[in-house]
Amino acid sequence: METITHLISVFEFVLKGVTVTLEYTVLSAIGGFLIGLLIALMNVGSRPGVRTFARIYTSIFRGTPMLLQLSIVYFGIPSLTAYKISPLLAGVIAFSLNSAAYVAEVLRAGIQAIDVGQFEASNALNIPRFLMMKDIILPQAFRNTLPALVNEVINLLKETALISTLGEGDIIRRAQLIAAETYTYFEPLMMAALCYYGIVLLLSACVRVLERRLGYATN
Amino acid sequence: MLQISQLRKKFLDHQVLSGIDVNFQKGKVTAILGASGSGKSTLLRCLNGLEDYETGKIYLDGELVRKSQIHLVRAKVGMVFQNFNLFPLMTVLENLIYAPVKVKNLPRTEAIDKAKTLLKKVGLENRMHAYPRTLSGGEKQRIAIARTLMLDPEVILFDEPTSALDPERVQEVLRTIKDLSHTGITMLIVTHEMDFVKEVADRVLFLDNGSILLDCTPEAFFREDQIPRVQRFLALKKAPESIH
Repeated sequence: METITHLISVFEFVLKGVTVTLEYTVLSAIGGFLIGLLIALMNVGSRPGVRTFARIYTSIFRGTPMLLQLSIVYFGIPSLTAYKISPLLAGVIAFSLNSAAYVAEVLRAGIQAIDVGQFEASNALNIPRFLMMKDIILPQAFRNTLPALVNEVINLLKETALISTLGEGDIIRRAQLIAAETYTYFEPLMMAALCYYGIVLLLSACVRVLERRLGYATN
Repeated sequence: MLQISQLRKKFLDHQVLSGIDVNFQKGKVTAILGASGSGKSTLLRCLNGLEDYETGKIYLDGELVRKSQIHLVRAKVGMVFQNFNLFPLMTVLENLIYAPVKVKNLPRTEAIDKAKTLLKKVGLENRMHAYPRTLSGGEKQRIAIARTLMLDPEVILFDEPTSALDPERVQEVLRTIKDLSHTGITMLIVTHEMDFVKEVADRVLFLDNGSILLDCTPEAFFREDQIPRVQRFLALKKAPESIH
């Protein structure tokens, strides 16, 4: 009985970290998607300078560790500008910028995979580039890359565990706190694993519903 | 109404168009024939700026076409593609009204009325709310033609409109195109359908290696004592199964 109440209290404590983890994940996923979309559009555009910028961006953010990027934003910016940045802001900035590099590559592939005839028909119908991208090309690209974009969100969810290094009370940090306090590692860490896995399962289920509804739209 | 002078284009080392000079008259149907690689599709695509050209001038209604103002040309010149290129995530109706509403600012209700009229004309008013992937090739192409007509083009470029279709679907599309002939729209058609050319075209351009070898009426083009190059071409059209 005692172990069960202990387990429940452990679970409750760790569970409180879910909101923190989700906060970072949702904000960073939105930021990462928007920046990634921008970088992808720069990448498929016609201006060589802009394209080079997009390539360098992707190269840098994919080529350095996430933990390093987070540290630079959280510790580097204050030491450079004397602006004390909050863990939330630092985390969301770093995760967004990093995720954007991956999202940009996914979307770039999605755009480039679209039949050239779609672009030609849009041109022949005099549809301006902005409208063509917004209404014709990107909807097709999103559809085709949805599974890969969801992958990116799942990755992001797990990457946010790095925020525990800045002392934020997310899922993993709370599990570690209990572990350090009670010298029992297995239960709290398993609880943490359960939390992450639960979120991923829930997300996957939502996406399946979404995919099915998108499927209906064209049948 | 459409004048082309000294149009030249190269793909790497290959001269695709080597100095095309031709005028197209308003309301006439011109069939552009030639073996594959003769430059006929490229010629069509140069006219609405889907393809760049090195030298040469194109005049539309007496005005020189500038590459920076290609949208002025596209407003008057529609195009029908071999692979239809309908927008897959839009219904038939949305495909039709998108450009008129978003680009030409036609009121939505007016655009819908116009779309219904055109769909009736191509015999597909019952497919208005269908998605392109549920349509047959012939239906898709008739929708694509209706989509082009929505913008009231003065000229329509047909780039092998029946080449991607099952043989039994070819006629329904040709009939639709035939109905458009002599309605005042200038039509340029790249095609391999010789019977259609005989029946509908006012003029035949025969391209060979990037230049116009013949420019004549269909009667003159299909006459018995035609030059050997054309006879060879026509022989292949008649008996494609004999090519090995």
